[in-house]
Amino acid sequence: MPHFPKPAEGSWTEHYPHLGTGPVSYEDSISPAHHELECRAIFARTWLNVGRVEQLPRTGSYFTREIQAARTSVVVVRDAAGELHAFHNMCRHRGNKLVWQDYPGEETAGSCRQFTCKYHGWRYGLDGELAFVQQEPEFFDLDRAAYGLVPVQVETWEGFVFVNLDATNTTPLRSYLGELGAGLEGYPFDRMTQVFKYRALVGSNWKLFIDAFAEFYHAPVLHARQAVADESRKLQNVGFEGLSYQLDGPHGMVSSWGGMSPPKDINMVKPIERVLRSGLFGPWDRPIDIELPPAVNPARSRVWGVDSFHFFPNFMVLIWSTNWYLTYHYWPTAYNQHVFEGTLCFVPPTSARERLAQELAAVTFKEYALQDGNTLEATQTMLESRAVTEFPLNDQEILLRHLHATAGRYVSEYQAGPGAADATARVSTAVPAAS
Amino acid sequence: MTAPSPASPPASPPALFPASFADLEPFAGWALATERERYARRLSSSMDELQAFYDGAFPRLGEIIDYLDGFELRALPEDATRLLWLSYSLVNVSFPVEVWRQPRVPDSGAAALDVVVEPVV
Repeated sequence: MPHFPKPAEGSWTEHYPHLGTGPVSYEDSISPAHHELECRAIFARTWLNVGRVEQLPRTGSYFTREIQAARTSVVVVRDAAGELHAFHNMCRHRGNKLVWQDYPGEETAGSCRQFTCKYHGWRYGLDGELAFVQQEPEFFDLDRAAYGLVPVQVETWEGFVFVNLDATNTTPLRSYLGELGAGLEGYPFDRMTQVFKYRALVGSNWKLFIDAFAEFYHAPVLHARQAVADESRKLQNVGFEGLSYQLDGPHGMVSSWGGMSPPKDINMVKPIERVLRSGLFGPWDRPIDIELPPAVNPARSRVWGVDSFHFFPNFMVLIWSTNWYLTYHYWPTAYNQHVFEGTLCFVPPTSARERLAQELAAVTFKEYALQDGNTLEATQTMLESRAVTEFPLNDQEILLRHLHATAGRYVSEYQAGPGAADATARVSTAVPAAS
Repeated sequence: MTAPSPASPPASPPALFPASFADLEPFAGWALATERERYARRLSSSMDELQAFYDGAFPRLGEIIDYLDGFELRALPEDATRLLWLSYSLVNVSFPVEVWRQPRVPDSGAAALDVVVEPVV
Protein backbone atom coordinates (compact mmCIF):
# COMPACT_ATOMS: atom_id res chain seq x y z
CA MET A 1 0.00 0.00 0.00
CA PRO A 2 1.74 3.20 -1.13
CA HIS A 3 2.04 6.04 1.36
CA PHE A 4 2.02 8.62 -1.41
CA PRO A 5 -0.22 8.61 -4.49
CA LYS A 6 1.16 7.24 -7.76
CA PRO A 7 -0.03 8.00 -11.31
CA ALA A 8 -3.21 6.36 -12.61
CA GLU A 9 -1.17 3.71 -14.47
CA GLY A 10 -0.29 2.28 -11.05
CA SER A 11 3.41 3.19 -11.03
CA TRP A 12 5.72 6.04 -11.94
CA THR A 13 7.57 3.80 -14.39
CA GLU A 14 4.43 2.74 -16.30
CA HIS A 15 3.42 6.41 -16.50
CA TYR A 16 6.33 6.65 -18.97
CA PRO A 17 5.65 3.52 -21.08
CA HIS A 18 8.74 3.87 -23.29
CA LEU A 19 10.85 2.91 -20.26
CA GLY A 20 9.44 -0.60 -19.95
CA THR A 21 9.54 -2.50 -16.70
CA GLY A 22 11.90 -5.38 -17.53
CA PRO A 23 15.37 -6.06 -16.14
CA VAL A 24 18.12 -3.65 -17.25
CA SER A 25 21.55 -4.45 -18.66
CA TYR A 26 24.55 -2.66 -17.18
CA GLU A 27 26.81 -3.50 -20.12
CA ASP A 28 26.82 0.26 -20.79
CA SER A 29 28.83 0.74 -17.59
CA ILE A 30 31.51 -1.91 -18.05
CA SER A 31 32.52 -1.71 -21.70
CA PRO A 32 35.55 0.44 -22.67
CA ALA A 33 34.33 0.59 -26.28
CA HIS A 34 30.88 1.77 -25.24
CA HIS A 35 32.48 4.38 -23.01
CA GLU A 36 34.39 5.80 -25.96
CA LEU A 37 31.10 6.09 -27.81
CA GLU A 38 29.45 7.85 -24.85
CA CYS A 39 32.28 10.37 -24.73
CA ARG A 40 31.76 11.25 -28.39
CA ALA A 41 27.98 10.99 -28.42
CA ILE A 42 27.28 12.71 -25.10
CA PHE A 43 30.14 14.68 -23.52
CA ALA A 44 31.38 16.15 -26.80
CA ARG A 45 27.87 17.19 -27.85
CA THR A 46 25.69 18.28 -24.89
CA TRP A 47 25.63 21.32 -22.63
CA LEU A 48 27.92 20.75 -19.62
CA ASN A 49 27.85 22.83 -16.45
CA VAL A 50 31.40 23.95 -15.65
CA GLY A 51 30.84 26.48 -12.87
CA ARG A 52 29.02 29.54 -11.56
CA VAL A 53 29.20 33.20 -12.54
CA GLU A 54 30.40 34.04 -9.01
CA GLN A 55 33.69 32.35 -9.97
CA LEU A 56 34.15 35.08 -12.60
CA PRO A 57 33.49 38.25 -10.60
CA ARG A 58 35.35 40.85 -12.73
CA THR A 59 37.12 41.64 -15.98
CA GLY A 60 39.86 39.08 -16.58
CA SER A 61 38.57 36.52 -14.05
CA TYR A 62 39.00 33.04 -15.49
CA PHE A 63 38.91 29.36 -14.58
CA THR A 64 39.90 26.22 -16.45
CA ARG A 65 38.02 22.93 -16.66
CA GLU A 66 39.55 19.61 -17.58
CA ILE A 67 36.95 17.69 -19.59
CA GLN A 68 38.68 14.36 -20.07
CA ALA A 69 35.56 12.74 -21.51
CA ALA A 70 35.93 15.10 -24.46
CA ARG A 71 39.73 14.98 -24.34
CA THR A 72 40.03 18.72 -23.89
CA SER A 73 40.56 21.52 -21.42
CA VAL A 74 38.45 24.66 -21.52
CA VAL A 75 39.17 28.13 -20.19
CA VAL A 76 36.23 30.40 -19.33
CA VAL A 77 36.85 34.13 -18.90
CA ARG A 78 34.98 37.41 -18.41
CA ASP A 79 35.97 40.21 -20.82
CA ALA A 80 36.00 43.99 -20.28
CA ALA A 81 32.41 44.29 -21.51
CA GLY A 82 31.30 41.75 -18.92
CA GLU A 83 30.66 39.01 -21.51
CA LEU A 84 31.73 35.44 -20.89
CA HIS A 85 33.91 33.59 -23.37
CA ALA A 86 35.07 29.98 -23.44
CA PHE A 87 37.96 28.60 -25.46
CA HIS A 88 39.79 25.37 -25.95
CA ASN A 89 42.71 25.89 -23.60
CA MET A 90 45.30 25.61 -26.34
CA CYS A 91 47.87 27.91 -27.92
CA ARG A 92 47.50 28.27 -31.68
CA HIS A 93 51.26 28.20 -32.27
CA ARG A 94 52.23 24.61 -31.51
CA GLY A 95 49.40 23.39 -29.32
CA ASN A 96 50.73 23.94 -25.82
CA LYS A 97 48.12 24.10 -23.07
CA LEU A 98 47.65 27.83 -22.59
CA VAL A 99 46.51 28.29 -18.98
CA TRP A 100 47.86 26.03 -16.23
CA GLN A 101 50.04 26.20 -13.14
CA ASP A 102 52.65 23.71 -11.97
CA TYR A 103 50.69 20.65 -13.11
CA PRO A 104 49.31 20.67 -16.66
CA GLY A 105 46.48 18.29 -15.75
CA GLU A 106 45.14 20.33 -12.82
CA GLU A 107 42.46 22.99 -13.02
CA THR A 108 43.32 26.55 -12.12
CA ALA A 109 41.63 29.93 -11.69
CA GLY A 110 42.69 33.54 -11.39
CA SER A 111 42.61 36.91 -13.04
CA CYS A 112 44.66 38.34 -15.92
CA ARG A 113 44.70 41.03 -18.61
CA GLN A 114 45.81 38.68 -21.36
CA PHE A 115 46.62 35.00 -21.67
CA THR A 116 50.32 34.40 -22.29
CA CYS A 117 51.59 31.04 -23.46
CA LYS A 118 54.41 29.71 -21.27
CA TYR A 119 56.19 28.20 -24.25
CA HIS A 120 56.94 31.01 -26.75
CA GLY A 121 55.11 33.96 -25.23
CA TRP A 122 52.19 34.27 -27.67
CA ARG A 123 49.53 36.47 -26.08
CA TYR A 124 45.74 36.42 -26.48
CA GLY A 125 43.12 38.99 -25.47
CA LEU A 126 40.20 38.09 -23.17
CA ASP A 127 38.07 37.83 -26.33
CA GLY A 128 40.47 35.21 -27.71
CA GLU A 129 42.17 37.39 -30.34
CA LEU A 130 45.84 36.76 -30.95
CA ALA A 131 47.43 39.98 -29.64
CA PHE A 132 51.17 39.33 -29.76
CA VAL A 133 53.53 36.97 -31.54
CA GLN A 134 57.13 36.68 -30.38
CA GLN A 135 59.50 37.50 -33.31
CA GLU A 136 56.56 37.88 -35.63
CA PRO A 137 58.65 38.71 -38.75
CA GLU A 138 60.21 35.23 -38.55
CA PHE A 139 56.86 33.70 -39.56
CA PHE A 140 55.60 33.32 -43.10
CA ASP A 141 52.48 35.29 -44.04
CA LEU A 142 51.05 34.90 -40.53
CA ASP A 143 47.58 36.43 -40.39
CA ARG A 144 47.01 37.08 -36.68
CA ALA A 145 43.25 37.41 -37.19
CA ALA A 146 43.17 33.77 -38.27
CA TYR A 147 44.96 32.50 -35.16
CA GLY A 148 42.70 33.47 -32.30
CA LEU A 149 41.84 30.95 -29.59
CA VAL A 150 39.33 28.32 -30.71
CA PRO A 151 35.99 29.31 -29.21
CA VAL A 152 33.63 27.00 -27.35
CA GLN A 153 29.92 27.78 -27.01
CA VAL A 154 29.18 29.21 -23.56
CA GLU A 155 25.84 30.24 -22.04
CA THR A 156 24.52 30.82 -18.54
CA TRP A 157 21.32 29.74 -16.86
CA GLU A 158 20.43 31.10 -13.42
CA GLY A 159 24.13 31.93 -12.88
CA PHE A 160 25.34 28.43 -13.86
CA VAL A 161 27.95 28.54 -16.64
CA PHE A 162 27.61 25.85 -19.31
CA VAL A 163 29.77 25.01 -22.32
CA ASN A 164 28.98 22.94 -25.38
CA LEU A 165 31.97 21.45 -27.19
CA ASP A 166 30.00 20.75 -30.36
CA ALA A 167 30.71 23.72 -32.62
CA THR A 168 27.69 22.74 -34.76
CA ASN A 169 25.25 22.73 -31.82
CA THR A 170 22.17 24.84 -32.50
CA THR A 171 20.16 24.16 -29.32
CA PRO A 172 20.23 27.10 -26.91
CA LEU A 173 20.97 26.16 -23.30
CA ARG A 174 17.53 27.14 -21.99
CA SER A 175 15.80 24.99 -24.60
CA TYR A 176 18.10 22.11 -23.71
CA LEU A 177 17.26 22.37 -20.00
CA GLY A 178 13.58 22.15 -20.90
CA GLU A 179 10.61 22.44 -18.57
CA LEU A 180 12.48 21.29 -15.49
CA GLY A 181 15.08 24.00 -16.04
CA ALA A 182 12.41 26.64 -16.69
CA GLY A 183 10.57 25.49 -13.58
CA LEU A 184 13.61 26.16 -11.40
CA GLU A 185 14.13 29.71 -12.65
CA GLY A 186 13.82 32.33 -9.96
CA TYR A 187 15.33 30.22 -7.19
CA PRO A 188 17.82 32.51 -5.37
CA PHE A 189 20.96 30.57 -6.32
CA ASP A 190 22.79 33.93 -6.43
CA ARG A 191 22.25 34.50 -2.71
CA MET A 192 23.80 31.17 -1.72
CA THR A 193 27.45 32.01 -2.06
CA GLN A 194 28.86 30.28 1.04
CA VAL A 195 30.46 27.28 -0.68
CA PHE A 196 31.88 23.94 0.49
CA LYS A 197 33.17 21.90 -2.45
CA TYR A 198 34.35 18.30 -2.28
CA ARG A 199 36.05 16.16 -4.90
CA ALA A 200 36.77 12.45 -5.14
CA LEU A 201 38.20 10.07 -7.69
CA VAL A 202 35.68 7.23 -7.76
CA GLY A 203 36.39 3.75 -9.12
CA SER A 204 33.17 3.34 -11.05
CA ASN A 205 31.48 4.29 -14.30
CA TRP A 206 30.03 7.81 -14.05
CA LYS A 207 26.43 6.59 -14.42
CA LEU A 208 26.68 4.36 -11.35
CA PHE A 209 27.12 7.34 -9.02
CA ILE A 210 24.22 9.14 -10.67
CA ASP A 211 22.24 5.93 -10.07
CA ALA A 212 23.17 6.11 -6.38
CA PHE A 213 21.99 9.70 -6.02
CA ALA A 214 18.93 9.32 -8.28
CA GLU A 215 17.21 6.91 -5.88
CA PHE A 216 16.66 7.09 -2.13
CA TYR A 217 15.65 3.41 -1.93
CA HIS A 218 19.17 2.74 -0.53
CA ALA A 219 19.04 5.39 2.17
CA PRO A 220 17.32 3.53 5.04
CA VAL A 221 19.75 0.60 4.57
CA LEU A 222 23.17 1.89 3.53
CA HIS A 223 22.97 4.87 5.88
CA ALA A 224 21.13 3.04 8.68
CA ARG A 225 23.68 3.83 11.36
CA GLN A 226 23.52 7.57 10.76
CA ALA A 227 20.14 7.70 12.47
CA VAL A 228 19.63 6.79 16.14
CA ALA A 229 18.78 3.10 16.57
CA ASP A 230 14.99 3.30 17.07
CA GLU A 231 14.62 5.74 14.21
CA SER A 232 16.77 3.58 11.94
CA ARG A 233 14.60 0.48 12.56
CA LYS A 234 11.49 2.50 11.81
CA LEU A 235 12.98 3.86 8.56
CA GLN A 236 13.95 0.38 7.37
CA ASN A 237 10.46 -0.96 8.06
CA VAL A 238 8.82 1.87 6.15
CA GLY A 239 11.38 1.92 3.32
CA PHE A 240 11.42 4.79 0.88
CA GLU A 241 8.78 6.19 -1.44
CA GLY A 242 9.25 9.37 -3.45
CA LEU A 243 6.59 12.06 -3.38
CA SER A 244 6.86 12.51 -7.12
CA TYR A 245 8.98 11.69 -10.16
CA GLN A 246 9.07 13.82 -13.30
CA LEU A 247 10.81 13.07 -16.57
CA ASP A 248 11.41 15.76 -19.18
CA GLY A 249 13.41 14.90 -22.31
CA PRO A 250 16.80 13.58 -21.17
CA HIS A 251 16.35 15.11 -17.71
CA GLY A 252 14.46 13.97 -14.62
CA MET A 253 13.74 14.70 -10.98
CA VAL A 254 12.67 12.98 -7.77
CA SER A 255 10.87 14.78 -4.98
CA SER A 256 11.32 13.40 -1.47
CA TRP A 257 9.83 13.85 1.96
CA GLY A 258 12.07 14.78 4.86
CA GLY A 259 10.73 15.09 8.34
CA MET A 260 14.02 15.69 10.08
CA SER A 261 14.39 19.44 9.96
CA PRO A 262 13.47 20.04 12.68
CA PRO A 263 12.45 16.57 13.89
CA LYS A 264 9.13 16.03 15.63
CA ASP A 265 10.95 14.47 18.56
CA ILE A 266 14.40 15.86 19.39
CA ASN A 267 15.49 12.41 20.63
CA MET A 268 15.25 11.11 17.06
CA VAL A 269 18.55 12.82 16.23
CA LYS A 270 22.13 12.71 17.46
CA PRO A 271 23.35 14.92 20.35
CA ILE A 272 25.41 17.21 18.09
CA GLU A 273 22.35 17.80 15.90
CA ARG A 274 20.26 18.74 18.92
CA VAL A 275 22.76 21.43 19.95
CA LEU A 276 23.55 22.79 16.49
CA ARG A 277 20.01 22.39 15.10
CA SER A 278 21.26 20.94 11.84
CA GLY A 279 21.98 17.66 10.06
CA LEU A 280 21.88 15.98 6.66
CA PHE A 281 18.96 18.12 5.53
CA GLY A 282 20.83 21.28 6.52
CA PRO A 283 20.33 23.89 9.24
CA TRP A 284 16.79 23.66 10.67
CA ASP A 285 16.44 27.43 10.99
CA ARG A 286 15.88 28.85 7.52
CA PRO A 287 18.08 31.89 6.82
CA ILE A 288 15.73 33.52 4.29
CA ASP A 289 12.20 33.07 3.05
CA ILE A 290 11.94 31.71 -0.46
CA GLU A 291 8.97 31.58 -2.77
CA LEU A 292 9.65 28.24 -4.41
CA PRO A 293 9.57 28.10 -8.23
CA PRO A 294 6.97 25.78 -9.78
CA ALA A 295 9.21 22.76 -10.51
CA VAL A 296 10.07 22.40 -6.81
CA ASN A 297 7.89 20.11 -4.68
CA PRO A 298 5.62 19.25 -7.63
CA ALA A 299 3.32 17.18 -5.39
CA ARG A 300 2.88 20.29 -3.20
CA SER A 301 3.38 17.97 -0.23
CA ARG A 302 3.43 19.31 3.31
CA VAL A 303 6.13 16.81 4.27
CA TRP A 304 8.42 17.78 1.38
CA GLY A 305 12.14 17.70 2.23
CA VAL A 306 14.34 17.75 -0.87
CA ASP A 307 14.12 17.66 -4.66
CA SER A 308 16.86 16.15 -6.75
CA PHE A 309 17.04 17.40 -10.36
CA HIS A 310 19.20 15.54 -12.86
CA PHE A 311 20.18 17.50 -15.94
CA PHE A 312 21.66 15.12 -18.50
CA PRO A 313 24.37 14.14 -18.68
CA ASN A 314 26.28 14.84 -15.48
CA PHE A 315 24.77 17.69 -13.46
CA MET A 316 22.45 17.37 -10.47
CA VAL A 317 20.89 20.12 -8.35
CA LEU A 318 19.33 19.32 -4.98
CA ILE A 319 16.95 21.91 -3.54
CA TRP A 320 16.37 21.47 0.20
CA SER A 321 13.31 22.59 2.13
CA THR A 322 15.73 24.22 4.58
CA ASN A 323 16.66 26.74 1.87
CA TRP A 324 20.07 25.80 0.55
CA TYR A 325 21.19 23.84 -2.48
CA LEU A 326 23.72 21.20 -3.41
CA THR A 327 25.13 20.26 -6.81
CA TYR A 328 26.75 17.05 -8.02
CA HIS A 329 28.96 16.64 -11.06
CA TYR A 330 30.34 13.40 -12.49
CA TRP A 331 33.29 13.75 -14.89
CA PRO A 332 34.29 10.47 -16.58
CA THR A 333 38.01 9.71 -16.74
CA ALA A 334 37.70 6.07 -17.90
CA TYR A 335 34.93 3.52 -18.42
CA ASN A 336 35.38 2.48 -14.77
CA GLN A 337 36.44 5.74 -13.15
CA HIS A 338 35.23 9.32 -12.74
CA VAL A 339 35.81 12.48 -10.77
CA PHE A 340 32.89 13.27 -8.48
CA GLU A 341 32.26 16.79 -7.20
CA GLY A 342 29.76 17.76 -4.51
CA THR A 343 29.20 21.47 -3.86
CA LEU A 344 27.11 22.74 -0.93
CA CYS A 345 25.85 26.32 -1.23
CA PHE A 346 24.36 28.26 1.69
CA VAL A 347 23.29 31.82 2.38
CA PRO A 348 26.41 33.37 3.99
CA PRO A 349 26.09 32.97 7.77
CA THR A 350 25.82 36.05 9.96
CA SER A 351 26.69 34.37 13.26
CA ALA A 352 28.86 31.55 14.61
CA ARG A 353 25.64 29.66 15.39
CA GLU A 354 24.62 29.72 11.71
CA ARG A 355 28.17 28.94 10.59
CA LEU A 356 28.41 25.88 12.86
CA ALA A 357 25.03 24.61 11.68
CA GLN A 358 26.37 24.77 8.11
CA GLU A 359 29.58 23.02 9.17
CA LEU A 360 27.54 20.11 10.55
CA ALA A 361 25.57 19.85 7.30
CA ALA A 362 28.82 19.83 5.29
CA VAL A 363 30.54 17.26 7.52
CA THR A 364 27.41 15.07 7.44
CA PHE A 365 27.37 15.26 3.65
CA LYS A 366 30.95 13.96 3.55
CA GLU A 367 30.19 11.03 5.88
CA TYR A 368 27.29 9.95 3.66
CA ALA A 369 29.16 10.47 0.39
CA LEU A 370 32.10 8.36 1.59
CA GLN A 371 29.69 5.48 2.19
CA ASP A 372 28.05 6.00 -1.20
CA GLY A 373 31.33 6.32 -3.12
CA ASN A 374 32.96 3.20 -1.76
CA THR A 375 29.88 1.09 -2.47
CA LEU A 376 30.23 2.02 -6.15
CA GLU A 377 33.63 0.44 -6.52
CA ALA A 378 32.16 -2.75 -5.08
CA THR A 379 29.37 -2.58 -7.68
CA GLN A 380 31.67 -1.80 -10.62
CA THR A 381 34.01 -4.73 -9.98
CA MET A 382 31.18 -7.25 -9.72
CA LEU A 383 29.36 -5.89 -12.78
CA GLU A 384 32.61 -6.43 -14.68
CA SER A 385 32.56 -10.12 -13.73
CA ARG A 386 29.46 -10.42 -15.98
CA ALA A 387 28.36 -13.28 -13.71
CA VAL A 388 24.98 -11.55 -13.81
CA THR A 389 24.08 -9.29 -16.72
CA GLU A 390 20.51 -8.11 -16.14
CA PHE A 391 19.11 -6.40 -13.09
CA PRO A 392 15.58 -5.69 -11.86
CA LEU A 393 14.88 -2.02 -11.14
CA ASN A 394 11.93 -1.05 -8.96
CA ASP A 395 9.56 1.88 -9.34
CA GLN A 396 11.66 4.05 -6.99
CA GLU A 397 14.55 3.54 -9.43
CA ILE A 398 12.78 5.06 -12.42
CA LEU A 399 15.41 7.76 -12.88
CA LEU A 400 18.09 5.06 -13.29
CA ARG A 401 16.06 3.32 -15.98
CA HIS A 402 15.62 6.72 -17.65
CA LEU A 403 19.33 7.63 -17.41
CA HIS A 404 20.60 4.41 -18.98
CA ALA A 405 17.92 4.52 -21.70
CA THR A 406 18.75 8.15 -22.47
CA ALA A 407 22.52 7.57 -22.62
CA GLY A 408 21.87 4.56 -24.86
CA ARG A 409 19.67 6.63 -27.16
CA TYR A 410 22.37 9.32 -27.55
CA VAL A 411 24.86 6.62 -28.51
CA SER A 412 22.47 5.00 -31.02
CA GLU A 413 21.63 8.32 -32.62
CA TYR A 414 25.30 9.20 -32.83
CA GLN A 415 26.10 5.85 -34.43
CA ALA A 416 23.33 6.37 -36.98
CA GLY A 417 24.51 9.90 -37.78
CA PRO A 418 27.29 11.29 -40.00
CA GLY A 419 30.85 10.82 -38.78
CA ALA A 420 30.03 7.76 -36.73
CA ALA A 421 31.83 5.33 -39.05
CA ASP A 422 34.99 7.34 -38.67
CA ALA A 423 34.57 7.38 -34.88
CA THR A 424 33.86 3.66 -34.73
CA ALA A 425 37.06 3.01 -36.67
CA ARG A 426 38.99 5.05 -34.13
CA VAL A 427 37.30 3.27 -31.23
CA SER A 428 38.23 -0.18 -32.50
CA THR A 429 41.80 1.00 -33.00
CA ALA A 430 41.91 2.32 -29.45
CA VAL A 431 40.33 -0.74 -27.88
CA PRO A 432 41.30 -3.82 -29.89
CA ALA A 433 40.18 -6.26 -27.18
CA ALA A 434 36.57 -5.10 -27.42
CA SER A 435 36.03 -5.95 -31.09
CA MET B 1 75.28 44.91 46.45
CA THR B 2 72.72 45.57 43.87
CA ALA B 3 69.04 45.69 44.56
CA PRO B 4 67.15 42.67 43.25
CA SER B 5 65.36 43.46 40.07
CA PRO B 6 61.60 43.60 40.38
CA ALA B 7 60.15 40.17 39.95
CA SER B 8 59.01 39.63 36.39
CA PRO B 9 55.73 37.81 35.98
CA PRO B 10 56.22 34.09 35.47
CA ALA B 11 56.58 33.31 31.78
CA SER B 12 53.49 31.53 30.48
CA PRO B 13 52.34 30.98 26.96
CA PRO B 14 49.65 33.40 25.82
CA ALA B 15 46.17 31.99 26.38
CA LEU B 16 44.89 30.26 23.25
CA PHE B 17 41.23 30.51 24.13
CA PRO B 18 39.17 33.21 25.87
CA ALA B 19 39.62 33.08 29.67
CA SER B 20 36.26 31.47 30.37
CA PHE B 21 37.27 28.53 28.15
CA ALA B 22 40.74 27.99 29.67
CA ASP B 23 39.69 24.45 30.63
CA LEU B 24 39.73 23.57 26.92
CA GLU B 25 43.46 24.35 26.59
CA PRO B 26 44.38 20.61 26.73
CA PHE B 27 42.50 20.26 23.41
CA ALA B 28 44.22 23.24 21.75
CA GLY B 29 45.71 20.87 19.16
CA TRP B 30 42.20 20.60 17.69
CA ALA B 31 42.02 24.34 16.91
CA LEU B 32 42.82 23.74 13.24
CA ALA B 33 41.97 26.19 10.46
CA THR B 34 41.15 23.76 7.65
CA GLU B 35 38.91 20.73 7.23
CA ARG B 36 41.81 18.80 5.74
CA GLU B 37 43.81 19.22 8.98
CA ARG B 38 40.83 18.44 11.18
CA TYR B 39 39.92 15.30 9.25
CA ALA B 40 43.56 14.13 9.18
CA ARG B 41 43.82 14.56 12.96
CA ARG B 42 40.59 12.61 13.42
CA LEU B 43 41.91 9.70 11.33
CA SER B 44 45.25 9.66 13.15
CA SER B 45 43.65 9.71 16.63
CA SER B 46 42.62 6.74 18.77
CA MET B 47 39.00 6.39 19.89
CA ASP B 48 40.17 7.15 23.45
CA GLU B 49 41.62 10.46 22.26
CA LEU B 50 38.50 11.33 20.27
CA GLN B 51 36.26 10.41 23.20
CA ALA B 52 38.34 12.53 25.61
CA PHE B 53 38.10 15.57 23.32
CA TYR B 54 34.37 15.06 22.82
CA ASP B 55 33.71 14.57 26.54
CA GLY B 56 35.69 17.70 27.35
CA ALA B 57 34.32 20.00 24.65
CA PHE B 58 30.79 18.85 23.83
CA PRO B 59 29.25 19.92 27.17
CA ARG B 60 30.65 23.43 26.52
CA LEU B 61 29.35 23.77 22.96
CA GLY B 62 26.25 25.75 23.91
CA GLU B 63 28.34 28.23 25.92
CA ILE B 64 30.88 28.47 23.10
CA ILE B 65 28.15 29.44 20.64
CA ASP B 66 26.69 32.02 23.03
CA TYR B 67 30.17 33.49 23.57
CA LEU B 68 31.06 33.63 19.86
CA ASP B 69 27.72 35.20 19.01
CA GLY B 70 28.77 38.19 21.12
CA PHE B 71 31.02 39.13 18.17
CA GLU B 72 30.55 39.84 14.50
CA LEU B 73 31.30 36.51 12.78
CA ARG B 74 33.69 38.14 10.33
CA ALA B 75 35.50 40.16 13.04
CA LEU B 76 36.25 37.51 15.66
CA PRO B 77 39.31 38.10 17.89
CA GLU B 78 42.08 35.54 17.46
CA ASP B 79 41.27 33.58 20.60
CA ALA B 80 37.61 33.37 19.58
CA THR B 81 38.59 32.25 16.07
CA ARG B 82 40.54 29.37 17.62
CA LEU B 83 37.48 28.50 19.68
CA LEU B 84 35.43 28.39 16.46
CA TRP B 85 38.02 26.12 14.81
CA LEU B 86 37.91 23.87 17.89
CA SER B 87 34.13 23.70 17.47
CA TYR B 88 34.51 22.68 13.80
CA SER B 89 36.75 19.83 15.02
CA LEU B 90 34.12 18.84 17.56
CA VAL B 91 31.58 18.59 14.75
CA ASN B 92 34.01 16.40 12.82
CA VAL B 93 34.71 13.99 15.70
CA SER B 94 31.02 13.78 16.66
CA PHE B 95 30.62 11.14 13.95
CA PRO B 96 33.24 8.69 15.28
CA VAL B 97 32.03 9.24 18.85
CA GLU B 98 28.25 9.38 18.40
CA VAL B 99 27.84 7.05 15.44
CA TRP B 100 30.72 4.97 14.11
CA ARG B 101 32.69 3.95 17.24
CA GLN B 102 35.76 4.18 15.02
CA PRO B 103 37.60 7.17 13.49
CA ARG B 104 36.85 6.19 9.88
CA VAL B 105 33.50 5.93 8.15
CA PRO B 106 32.79 2.16 8.14
CA ASP B 107 33.17 0.42 4.78
CA SER B 108 34.77 3.51 3.30
CA GLY B 109 38.04 1.61 2.68
CA ALA B 110 40.53 3.72 0.79
CA ALA B 111 37.84 6.12 -0.43
CA ALA B 112 38.70 9.79 -0.01
CA LEU B 113 36.59 12.89 -0.46
CA ASP B 114 38.74 15.99 -0.35
CA VAL B 115 37.62 19.52 0.37
CA VAL B 116 38.70 21.70 -2.55
CA VAL B 117 36.80 24.86 -1.56
CA GLU B 118 35.74 25.83 1.97
CA PRO B 119 34.64 29.14 3.43
CA VAL B 120 37.32 31.47 4.81
CA VAL B 121 35.02 32.03 7.80
